[in-house]
Amino acid sequence: MIAPVLSVQRLSVRIGAARILDDVSLAVPAGGTLGVVGESGCGKSTLLRAILGILPRGAEVPGGAVLFGGRDILADGGASARGRIGFVPQDPYLSLNPVFRAGDQILEIMRRHAPGTRRDHRARLVELFRAVQLPEPEAALAKYPHQFSGGQRQRLLIAAALCCDPALLVADEPTTALDVTTQREILALLQGLAAARGLALLFVTHDFGVLASLCESVTVLYAGRVAESGPTRDVLDDPRHPYTRMLLACHPDRATALAGIPGTVPAATAQPDGCRFHPRCPLARGDCALDVPQPVLHRGRVIACPYHAEALPEVALA
Amino acid sequence: MTALRHILRDPVATFGLLLVLAAVVVALFAPWLAPYPDDAFESHLLQRLRAPSAEFPFGTDNLGRDILSRVILGTRDALTVALAVVGAAIAIGVPVGLLAGWREGWLAETLMRVTDVFLAVPQLILALALGQLMAPGIGTAMVALALTYWPFFARTVFAETRRLRGALFVDALAGIGAHPARILLLHVLPNAAPAILVRATIGMGFTILTAALLGFLGVGAAPPSPDWGLMVSEARQHLPEAWWFPTFPGLAILLLVLGFNLLGDGLRDAADPRLRRSRGH
Repeated sequence: MIAPVLSVQRLSVRIGAARILDDVSLAVPAGGTLGVVGESGCGKSTLLRAILGILPRGAEVPGGAVLFGGRDILADGGASARGRIGFVPQDPYLSLNPVFRAGDQILEIMRRHAPGTRRDHRARLVELFRAVQLPEPEAALAKYPHQFSGGQRQRLLIAAALCCDPALLVADEPTTALDVTTQREILALLQGLAAARGLALLFVTHDFGVLASLCESVTVLYAGRVAESGPTRDVLDDPRHPYTRMLLACHPDRATALAGIPGTVPAATAQPDGCRFHPRCPLARGDCALDVPQPVLHRGRVIACPYHAEALPEVALA
Repeated sequence: MTALRHILRDPVATFGLLLVLAAVVVALFAPWLAPYPDDAFESHLLQRLRAPSAEFPFGTDNLGRDILSRVILGTRDALTVALAVVGAAIAIGVPVGLLAGWREGWLAETLMRVTDVFLAVPQLILALALGQLMAPGIGTAMVALALTYWPFFARTVFAETRRLRGALFVDALAGIGAHPARILLLHVLPNAAPAILVRATIGMGFTILTAALLGFLGVGAAPPSPDWGLMVSEARQHLPEAWWFPTFPGLAILLLVLGFNLLGDGLRDAADPRLRRSRGH
């Protein structure tokens, strides 16, 4: 196996009484792509923030490590990873400060983290603008963020994420704020750039289509814990954790009758004991409410459910 | 610069800008422009209440002073008062808005509730009350006006800070260890600058009007200072014979307030094209 460029090891994050992440582990191999899926509120954003070293004020990390290039980012406040992890945000509108020129804001990052003179930085940025297919790359340097369209702004932010030649690109649903045609272009662009530069990708998404086309492996989060992880094809074709199975049944491409999962994701302040999915799970039984399910290895993937081999009752999938 | 170009394209806003600029020039060179600069305080009882003529274009008042000179000399006071009041209101309102917008919890709640209380008090009533409590005078009037005007700036800056607090560029700045003061002053405040500028411009006009009103009611500037509101007030006893006595100071108030309001409207249009009035330009 290729050494992971990023590896999150048994990470837990708390904000006050809220247990946002609990014992989450995942790894992105160098040059590989990992997708993270889960419902809103399952801790995806907090996971990304921990990786980027921008956890909100008041967040505590009672345990775990985020290793990037073999060093713990959490321990040194992200200093060792700075400039080596690029971030493509979900919302392209308020990610850049509206009162400064877009080019200047990216050049400022480069001055902090990239070697070379200002002239080098400008030349490299124009080249990057060209690589992300921004129209009129030279003129774009002098424009303000509001002078770009939504799709162009996302390209701009991809250029910003790439400006210091990172080893890993972290993307937080980079296409949800865009229309469908633009989504496809941006995804193709990301895929092409990652392949051309040997970048590793960590991709947070709701969209199984995106997952299937872009990610080699997937980690499914539920209520701050990993429910299931493994190669994307295997997980999508034969999901084993009851949550993954029901989640996939909710997807309109994969089911004739649209299914749902009864109940909602528990609030982070009121997580149930034992398996966090048990109140919504059709396979739940007595001990599910008592013991935290230990992850089991099953044909190359990790499943946090001891009853993953059992069939779901028909009603649950209908 | 683009804002200036925008205003010059708008004839109404340009008119406002010209009125304001004219007032500034008159204020700066008042002692040289006024035909009788000493008439601010000196009375000439032999030439009282003369009608406008070549010698006294705006006529003379009840103490024989040249009204043109007094209107010119009063421009300086009017602008100084307005600048001081708006400046003080910004100095209070902007930090309150930034702090309340950035922090959450009891401090922000307290600051904004205090702001609401001040917003709820009518300006004139507070000014009149303060005038009774302290010695009536232009200083008291200015304190009262500043005390009632800062909440507008606090609200504006608060809203912008709250909107941007969750923005990614703010998180990124915090992530690389930027001090909150740096984030707020250098990165968040510039976003609110257009709104502050518009508010301040309209506030200038408003303050001049209210200060004149306080002078008229006798709790603002005291005689013999050449205050426009005071002049209109003094003229009441000589109406309708001496029509020129209240007319020219009144016109000065009208033009300067109009100028600031038109300029403020133009600035608002330049700052936010979405709010542009459908005036067909």
